[in-house]
Parts: sequence; C-alpha cells; structure tokens
Amino acid sequence: MSILVDENTKVVVQGITGRDGSFHSQAMLDYGTKVVAGATPGKGGTECVDVPVFDSVLEARTATGADTSVVYVPAAFAADAVHEAFDAGIRLVVCVTEGIPTFEVMRVYAKMKALGVRMIGPNCPGIISPGKCKVGIMPGHIHTPGKVGVVSRSGTLTYEVVDQLTAAGLGQSTCIGIGGDPIIGTNFIDALELFEKDPGTEAVVLIGEIGGTDEEEAAEFVKSEVTKPVVAFVAGQTAPPGKRMGHAGAIISGGTGTAKEKIEAFNKAGIAVAEIPSQISGLVADLVKAG
Amino acid sequence: MKIHEYQAKEVFARYGIPVPPGRVAATPEEAKKIASELGKPVVVKAQVHVGGRGKAGGIQFGKTPDETKKVASKVLGMDIKGLTVEKVLVTTSVDVASESYLGLVVDRRAKKAVFMASPAGGVDIEEVARSTPEKIFKVHVDPCTGLLPYQARFLASRLEKEPKLARQIADIALKLWRVFWETDCSLAEINPLVKTTDGQIVALDAKINLDDNGLPWHKDLEAMRESEEEADRLAREMGLSYVKLDGSVGCCVNGAGLAMATMDLIKHYGGEPANFLDIGGSSSPEKVLTAMRIICSDPGVKAIFFNIFGGITRCDDVANGIVTALKDIDINVPIVIRLTGTNEEKAREILSKADLAATTSMDEGVKQVLGMAQGGVS
Repeated sequence: MSILVDENTKVVVQGITGRDGSFHSQAMLDYGTKVVAGATPGKGGTECVDVPVFDSVLEARTATGADTSVVYVPAAFAADAVHEAFDAGIRLVVCVTEGIPTFEVMRVYAKMKALGVRMIGPNCPGIISPGKCKVGIMPGHIHTPGKVGVVSRSGTLTYEVVDQLTAAGLGQSTCIGIGGDPIIGTNFIDALELFEKDPGTEAVVLIGEIGGTDEEEAAEFVKSEVTKPVVAFVAGQTAPPGKRMGHAGAIISGGTGTAKEKIEAFNKAGIAVAEIPSQISGLVADLVKAG
Repeated sequence: MKIHEYQAKEVFARYGIPVPPGRVAATPEEAKKIASELGKPVVVKAQVHVGGRGKAGGIQFGKTPDETKKVASKVLGMDIKGLTVEKVLVTTSVDVASESYLGLVVDRRAKKAVFMASPAGGVDIEEVARSTPEKIFKVHVDPCTGLLPYQARFLASRLEKEPKLARQIADIALKLWRVFWETDCSLAEINPLVKTTDGQIVALDAKINLDDNGLPWHKDLEAMRESEEEADRLAREMGLSYVKLDGSVGCCVNGAGLAMATMDLIKHYGGEPANFLDIGGSSSPEKVLTAMRIICSDPGVKAIFFNIFGGITRCDDVANGIVTALKDIDINVPIVIRLTGTNEEKAREILSKADLAATTSMDEGVKQVLGMAQGGVS
C-alpha cells in the first residue's frame, strides 16, 4: 500500500515542454508513472515525450481523466498554474517550483483549503510510491517498495536517507518531500495522519530542519495520534540564527525554529531522534523489529 | 533581504504613512547640512541591521547643526554588536507623549499574515510577547481580502481611546498593510508608533524585511541592496546559497538539507564547518568553479569537502567543475570528495584522470576531511 499516489494515478504535467518539464516527464514515464497529458499554453495539439499536450489543464483533464498534476513552470507563473489545476478539478497538485513569493502561496493555500484538495510543495522534490508511481524529480532507482513511510522538508537529504534505508533492506511505502518554503500545502501532520491510516506503512521517518514550528506540532501529534513507530532527524544544528540556509523556510528568527527546540520536542514525545543521518536506518530496523 | 530604517521610511512615505522629515548622511559634514536644512533639533540614528542601537549609543541628539556634526562623528564608524556604522539618519526630534507598536509578519502556522498591535511600544516586541503577552493584540489577515477596515479599527481601538487619533492609527494600519502586501515583505513594523505632545501620530522608527522570493518583482527595492561581501555577491549572481561561518572545513554540497546535515556531521565528528554552501539542483561545472572560488577566498579554510548526492545534479558535471577549478584557481588546501548517484561512474573516471579519488559514504568523507583539516596536511 501507499499514500496519495499509486499505480492508478494519472498525471498531467504543467510545463511539460520546458527543459525541466520534458526531462522529468521522461524520467517519470521510465519509472512507470502514468503520465497521460501535458499542459502548456499555446502548445495544444502537439506531443512531448510521446504524451499529448493541451493548452489548459481543464482540456487535459477532460480528455484524459488526469487526477494529479505536477508543476514545473517558472516561479513567475507557478502559483497561477496551481490555481488553474485546482479550478480544473485536479485533486492533488505537486508543485516542484522554487522561488514563488510567499503571499502567492498563501492565496493558493486558501483556495486549497476552501476546495478540500491538496498541494504538495512548493519547492519540493515531489512524491514517490516505489514500484508504482513517481511524481516529481527524485532519482527513482534509489527507492525500493516496502513498509517505511518517509516525510521530509528536504530533497537531497531525503535521497541520502532513502538510499541508506534501501541498502539496509528497508523498503518504502511512500516518500513525500513536503518542501523547503515557509508556507507549504502539506505539512508533517498531514503526512503522518495519512501514514497512520495506511495499512502498508509500518514505521515513519520524519526529516525536519530549522525554521518554523512544524516539527514541534508534529511531535505533539505523534504523541496523541500516531501508534506506529516514528524516527526523526533535524538538520541545521550548527546553523547560525537569522541566516537563511538555502531553503526560504530554513531560518531561525527571533530565537525560534532552532534544531535544539525541535529535537527536545521529539524527545519529549518519545520519538527516537537520530543524531546523524547514518543512524536512521538502524533506529528504524530496531523499532520495526520491536513493534 | 533587510533594508535600513531610512529606506523603510522612504517606502512608508510613498504610502502616506507619516514619518518625521530627515535624510541619510555618510559624513559628519552631511549630517550638519541636513540638520541646518531641517532647522530644528534633530536625532542622529545609526543605520545598522541590529536591535538595541539606542542602548549601544547609536542614537544621539543634536540641538544645533554644530552639535549634530559632533554627535554624527561619534556615531559614524561606531561598532554596534560587530557591525560598523557607515550611515546615519538625521531626522527631526519629536516630543513623545506615548509609544505603541504596530507590526505585520507571516504566521507560518496559520499560513496567513498576522497584524499585531501593542500599547507597549518602543521595546522589543518578542520580549513583550514573552513577559506580558496580554499586551499584544493580533488579527490574522485573509490573503484573499486583505486587511479589512474593521480589523484596522479594532487594532487602533486597543492603542488609543480618543476617536480622532484612533482613526489616524487605523488609517496608518491600513497603509502599513498595503506596504507589507504590495512590496512582498516578510516583516513590516512601526516600533514605536508615537503620539506627539501636540497630538499627532507619527512612525518614529521603521523596519522592513523583504521576501527574497518576491524581489524579482520589485526592482526599486532590490536596488536598495547594500554593498555586500564579494563572496556573497558571487554566490548570489551564480544562484548559490552561501553563508560564511567561522570553522576550518569548507563545504560544497548539493541541496540545502544535505548541506545543513553535512555541517552538523562535521561538528558531530569534532570539527567546525567554514560555511554553508548549496550549489543547487542542476549544477553546471561553472557553478562548481564559482563555489570553489568562494570557499578558497576564506583564509580560515584548511580543507574542502564536496558532498554530492546526484539526483538532478549530475556527478560528472561536479567532477568537471572540480578538475577545472584545480587548474584555474590556486588551491593549496586538501580536497575530499564524496559523490554518489547520477553519472557517478563517469565522474570517477574524470576524477581519476586528474589523480583524484572519491568516497561514497558521507561519514567516511567527513572523517577524512577532518583528519586533513586538523592534521594540517597540504
């Protein structure tokens, strides 16, 4: 089992004709994802990586039955692309684009809540249910099907952890990169709730980083609502305050959002915290065995 | 991006928020000239991106142009919490009857902007939030409607009982909202907002932080960027994220999370990172070359660690960048390379031709580089 995407997911790619869009559409197809359509204004009627391209998401959905969209369009047009997908009846939008102004994301978030739909990201690697479907930019080959759910604010750090899980024989049910921006559509709690309900997930790895209080809220949630074992890691223990560490959301401001506070919150909630990434797979293996 | 008080006041004035008249000066002579043009007693305020300027002596009064020159010469060049004062704002002195606070920030949890008002103005609002949270009044702003007039009236009513002045404050609150929203701020703050002894409401201080993601749409504000360190400029222009730290191990990593985890791992094994550096997703050899230039410009660096997990980033691109950098730049510290992922084999070939080796494990790589940084091998 898996969450949010599986072998039945039908994907429309917004910005399929761009450099990144076409490259990753091909990679998604190679992985076995059902990429059924592309949408690029003005390119309707053409094909890209053997996939039919439409002028709008509405046309793409009507013609192909796409239920999920992935957005590769540049930051200036990305919020509009997400609004378009939601208005066209798409239920899940994965927004890979980095650099969208915060206020634009706020408005997308408000629409998402009003319609009861979901956005993953922005500024994220996407989501993969190994062996079934990958929607995003992560390297597919490092993943393997299994029973560990992974949720992370990072991209490459997640690959690092997944690679180690796979090497340790711990396959994954679904891995979600929720994104490095201050405002994101799907947060840790949303992912934890889905993993808790998923019979195919036995344990969850949560990879947090400095900035905001999502990890603290996740710790509270795990304590009260999650019965499955959770292993956490927090990046940025050596990050100085007041400096943005690459991700727009990775900043300690006004003394809050430090790694120390987050690790303390996890400890308090009884969650196993890895000191360094290479300890994660060992902790997961122990908990799965004990469980 | 942070801008200075004098720049923030320029933005406030554009939106009709009342600020005391004044101008910025870089020399005591300029300060004197501004004071005589204003024709009134003035305040000389250090323009540095740090709180607690007043306590540090960075805010001084000048009753006459000559006295202004004298105090400006004291404040200019002053060191405030490690920052040198290069500019002062010379602005007319105001007789304060009472001080309050108005400010907007992004509430990440609520996914909305939050507008805060407090009658406890003139002090650090985070301190007020800790010690007397009941003195802070908040309203969340719906991003689809913007700040509504009734919300502005509510906030104003918490700061001022006299109806005419409360109306003035509500008007300022609505204007501050427009500043915040239309210029893509991450923070817009008036602290203190003062009532003068002759019954006027004035923004005595102004603070604006801008959302970096919004800057491409605000060229006028982007132009307010101050002169920056060469390394920071190079990084920004090449699309790298770079933060200088004080350690001895230079880091070059793809991805922000992995870059932070790399710094942490260096610390975990007993070393100190010299920097945070994320070369980003699709890393061309040019980006790697620039990253090497930046890292090598830091005299504290004793060894360099490359940590690459190839996804979109192709390991061969990084290897080519490293080989080019070794030819183009005079590098006299050891380099340890960890790479794995996309095009790893090609990368190893490129590196071995240049007599370089690469490890596949992040922990191994960090242990190796620490041995070199601490052993002084070169």
